[in-house]
Amino acid sequence: MENISKIIMRANGVHKSFTKGPSSVSVLKGVNLDVRQGEFLSIIGQSGSGKSTLLHVMGLLTYPDSGEILYNDRRIDNLSARDRDALRNREIGMIFQFYHLLPELNMLENVLMPMMIGQSFFQYQQNYRENRQRAEAILERVGLSHRLKHKPRELSGGEMQRTAIARALVNQPKILLADEPTGNLDRENEAGIIEILRELNQQDQLTIVLVTHNPAIADGADRTVHLVDGSLA
Amino acid sequence: MYRILLCLRYLRTRYIALASIVSVMLGVATMIVVNSVMSGFTNEMQARLHGILGDISLEAYSTNGFPDAQGHMEKIHEILGDDVEAMTPICTTAGIINYRTFGRWRTQEVIVIGIDASTKGDVGDFHNYLQHPDNRENLSFDLREGGYDLYDHQAVLKDSGTLGKIMAWFLPRNEEGNVRSSKKLLPRTQMQDAGWEHRRDRYSRIYSEAEEEFGYRTSGDLTGQNAASTEGTSKMFEVLPPPEENATQQGTGTSESVPALKAPDTTPTTDDPFGAPVVQVFDPLKEQHSGAIVGMGLSLFRENGEDWFSMVPGDDFKLTFPTNGTPPVGITDNFTCVDLYESKMSEYDSRFIFIPLQKMQELRGMADPSDPRMNRVNQIQIKMKPGVDLDQACAKLREVFDPMIYNTLTWQERQMTLLQAVQLEIAILNVLLFMIIAVSGFGILAIFYMVVIEKTQDIGVLKALGASSWGIMSIFLMYGLSLGIVGAGMGMVIGLLFVWNINEIADGLSWLLGHPVFDPDIYYFYQVPYDINPWTVACIVVAAMGIAVLASVFPAWRAARMQPVESLRYE
Repeated sequence: MENISKIIMRANGVHKSFTKGPSSVSVLKGVNLDVRQGEFLSIIGQSGSGKSTLLHVMGLLTYPDSGEILYNDRRIDNLSARDRDALRNREIGMIFQFYHLLPELNMLENVLMPMMIGQSFFQYQQNYRENRQRAEAILERVGLSHRLKHKPRELSGGEMQRTAIARALVNQPKILLADEPTGNLDRENEAGIIEILRELNQQDQLTIVLVTHNPAIADGADRTVHLVDGSLA
Repeated sequence: MYRILLCLRYLRTRYIALASIVSVMLGVATMIVVNSVMSGFTNEMQARLHGILGDISLEAYSTNGFPDAQGHMEKIHEILGDDVEAMTPICTTAGIINYRTFGRWRTQEVIVIGIDASTKGDVGDFHNYLQHPDNRENLSFDLREGGYDLYDHQAVLKDSGTLGKIMAWFLPRNEEGNVRSSKKLLPRTQMQDAGWEHRRDRYSRIYSEAEEEFGYRTSGDLTGQNAASTEGTSKMFEVLPPPEENATQQGTGTSESVPALKAPDTTPTTDDPFGAPVVQVFDPLKEQHSGAIVGMGLSLFRENGEDWFSMVPGDDFKLTFPTNGTPPVGITDNFTCVDLYESKMSEYDSRFIFIPLQKMQELRGMADPSDPRMNRVNQIQIKMKPGVDLDQACAKLREVFDPMIYNTLTWQERQMTLLQAVQLEIAILNVLLFMIIAVSGFGILAIFYMVVIEKTQDIGVLKALGASSWGIMSIFLMYGLSLGIVGAGMGMVIGLLFVWNINEIADGLSWLLGHPVFDPDIYYFYQVPYDINPWTVACIVVAAMGIAVLASVFPAWRAARMQPVESLRYE
C-alpha cells in the first residue's frame, strides 16, 4: 500500500439518483473515494450497489447529482463538454463488461479509434505510421499481434476484452477504469485479463480502478473497497 | 478521421440504406429527363416562333392598316438607328380558301398574309420553311418546274447514341436490314412531280376526262400513259381513300403526254369540271394564277409517318378575303400554289397563306393608283441586330407610334400566353417531381433513425472514447450526404444517359408497346428534341443531396444527444 504517493482522482460526496416516472432511486449516497497514483484499486459490491454508476461518474460518462470529481486536484465533473471529451480521450481509459468493440472495424482499427478521435484528419494522416506502430505494439503486448485484421465477431471473448484493453491504453491514459472486465469470461480468460492488468499496473505504474462483484478478482488488487447501498463501507 | 472511416464502413455494411436512395436516384433522373426534354421542346418552339414573327412587329389594330409603309420604315430607322437590321411590310387579314381535292370542294378558314418577296426573308426564317431549294435561296411567286424537296429538309437526324447502337442489335429489322425506327424519314411521294409537271398532268387529265364525258376528241396516247404509273403512285393508291376523279389523275402520266393534247383555246371553257370562273384566255397548262405559298398543315395528312397532301405546288385554289372599307366586302380570286410553308408550328402551318403584297393591296383596294408609295399595309416586321434589347427598342417605338392605332410588340409579347403557359407547365412539373425526392427524404429519415437506434451502443462507446457530440452527429450527416451523393450521382448518370439516348429509348418502347410513343404525326418532329442545361442539372443534384442531408439531421441530432451511459449500461 503506497499511501505516500499522490492522489490522482478523488470522488467527493458524490450523489446520483435515477428518476423513472414518479419514483426516484438513489444509487450513490455520498461516496468519497481517493485513488492514488499507481495503485490497483478494486471496488467490490453486489449488483445494483451502484459500483458501475460510480465508475461512470468518475469516467465523465455521466454527471453526479451533487458532489465533485477531482483529477490531479482539479475539478473535472463540471468542465465543458469539449474538455470532458478531451479528458476521456487522453487521460482516462475505460473497459467494459461487454467489450463494446465497434463491429464494423477490425481489431487494429478499433485500437486506432481513440487516436483517430483525438487527432484531426490531417494530424492523423501525418502521424499514421507512428499511430499504427503504437497500436500494433500495444496489441502485441496484450498478445493479439496475429489478429490485427479480424473483425470482433471472429474473436473469442477473452481476445475481444484484450483488444478493448489495448484500445483503452493506446492514448496512454493515466488511469484505467475497468467495469466488470471479466464478468462475461470463463475462468481461464479471466485470469489472463487480470494478469495483463496486474502487469500494466506493475510495469507501467498505470493506475487501475476495477469494479467487480467477484471477491476472487478483487483479491488481485492492491486495495479493495466495498460499496454497499450507495456508500463505501 | 474516425467519422470518415465509420461513415464509409456504414455505407459498405448497410446496403439497405442504399434502397432508401433509389427514390432519390429515380427522382433526380426523372427531373433531368423531363427538364431536358421540356426545354428542348421549348427552345425548338421559341426558335420557330421567333423565326416566324421576327423580332418586333409594328401592327395597326385595324386590318385596313396605314398608308406609306416606306415612310413608316424610314421613321423606324430614324428612331432605332443602326440597331435595325431589316424590315418588311406585311398585310394580313382573315380569309377563306376554297379548293378542289379528291373530287370534292373543300373550304377552310385561313389567315392571308401579303408579303414582299424581296424583303420578307430578311426579318426571320421564312425562307427556311419553304419546300423548294431555289425558293429558300431566292423567293419567287412563280411556279417552279419541279425539284421540290422529296424529304423534309428540316428533319435533321442526329447519330445514334451508344445505347442506341447497342439497342439496335435487339430491335427488329425491316426488309432492307435497317432498324425499324419511328424517326426514319419517309419520302413525300407527291412532291416528286410537284410544280409545273403536276399542273400539266392535272389539267390535261381534267381535259381528257371532259372529252370522254362529253364526246370531245379523245387521245388514245393518253389512256396508254394512264396504265404506266410510277412506283410512287401505286404506293399512294394503297394509302389514299378510294380514288375519285382527281385522285386518279394526280401524279399519273408524264410530261411528254402534254403536247399530244389539243390546245386549250379549242376547248370549250364551259367544260371545266371545277366550275371555276376561268378567264377565257387563261391556259392552265401554260399559265399560272398569282402565286401563293400555302401552309402545309392546311393540306397535310399523315399516315404511318408518311406525308400526303390534298394540295401540292401546281394546284389552283380560290381565296376569299375582305376588302378594305366599311363595311368590308368579300372578294375572291384564283391563286396557284407555288410552294408549301412548314414552320412545324401547327397553329401557323394550318392557317397561313402567303400571297404577294402587291396583289393583295390591289385586290383589297389598299393600293393608291396615284402614288404607289401610299399603298396601305397593316404591319411592319422588324429584325434587330443581335444583342439589342428588344423591350427597350419596343418602348422607343411606342413613344412615337400612337398606341391607340399601332400595336408594337416583341415576338415574346405576341406569344406571351403560350410561352408563359409552357413556363408554368415546366414549373409545376418541377415542383411535382421534386416532391418525389422530398418524399424519398422521409424514407431516408426512417432508415437513418433505425440505423441510429441500432448503433446506440457504438455511439456510447465512441463518446466514452472521447468523441464529441458534434463528431457523432457529423458521422450521420456525412452518411446522409454520401448516400445523397451516390443517389444523386447515379440519378444524374442515368438521367443523362437516358436523355442522350432518348430517341433510341423511344424506339425501343415503341417496339415493346407496339405503337409509337413519340409519334411524329403528333409532334411534327422526327426526333425528341432535348437541351441539357448544366446549371439545371447541377441545381437538381445539389437539391437532392440537400434533401438527403436534411433527412439525416434529425437522426444525427438524436444520436448526438444520446448519453453514453444510457447506451452502455445494459446489454
